[in-house]
Amino acid sequence: MLKENEIKVGDTHSAILVEDLKRTQIVQYAGASGDYNPLHTDEIFTTQVAGYPSVFAHGMLSMGLTGTMLTNYVGDGALKKYGVRFTNQVWPGDTLTGKATIIEIREEDGAKVIDLMIETTNQNDIAVITGNATAKIET
Amino acid sequence: MAIDKFLVEASHIMMFARSVGDDNPIYHDENYAKETDLGGIIAPPTFAQSSAQFDPNYFLRPKIGGEGWFGSGKDASGAKPSKDSGSDSGGGAAMGLHAEQHFEYHMPLKAGDVLTASTKPGNSWEKESKRAGKLKFSESVTEYRNQDGELVITATGVGVQTERAVDS
Repeated sequence: MLKENEIKVGDTHSAILVEDLKRTQIVQYAGASGDYNPLHTDEIFTTQVAGYPSVFAHGMLSMGLTGTMLTNYVGDGALKKYGVRFTNQVWPGDTLTGKATIIEIREEDGAKVIDLMIETTNQNDIAVITGNATAKIET
Repeated sequence: MAIDKFLVEASHIMMFARSVGDDNPIYHDENYAKETDLGGIIAPPTFAQSSAQFDPNYFLRPKIGGEGWFGSGKDASGAKPSKDSGSDSGGGAAMGLHAEQHFEYHMPLKAGDVLTASTKPGNSWEKESKRAGKLKFSESVTEYRNQDGELVITATGVGVQTERAVDS
């Protein structure tokens, strides 16, 4: 868990979440999550029937990858809230970078917490996820 | 949707963590996890989404016994399931594309927990978009409770139905 005396508003943490996203990783997420929507794994259906240029990642895969960056920063079991908007699709071949910025340090239910702003961007610097999180910190 | 029994199992957590690129031992190494303050393996923050595995009617999973599946086989599309043949686990998927997802964590989700989940519809609204035509948003709120009846996670999903495919 982050310690209050070691952080300040404006601190950031970023990490590369995935490089050259493979279709197989999308399949892996489909199997683990149980979301077998063919739009994510079935290139033939997605291009010929649904009219997309290619299969694309589950939004929840991007949120999960971003969550890995987030928990690596704030620590295990520290999150109180984590929410995102899916602002652009993520395609096979994308490289994603996630960033968390501390925007506030405050008290909640008698304990210290931080609010974080979250953004995940692709290799073209386009945001694919924007969001917020709240995490417990140590005092 | 309602899920009577969502078994939170260590092997499922391990597979889920792998799929989101997370090799943190708290998700797969019981000996490591036992020595932490958490006392055991916990689930990653978006794991509750995999409750879909425990929804018998989840419509984005091919069903045993041949109700048909809309993915490709011999043809580019197989049979299309009827709109009302399933339910919407964990968020927006059944309502089209997933627009937003929010989790509120009331306590750590641990391997060995047995959850129930119940979902209620939330707000709905419409918006005009240049990229995809008319957008219809709808929210669903799912409460996950553990074997002691305690609220563990509140999940709010927002789904969006688009008029046409979005190829950003």
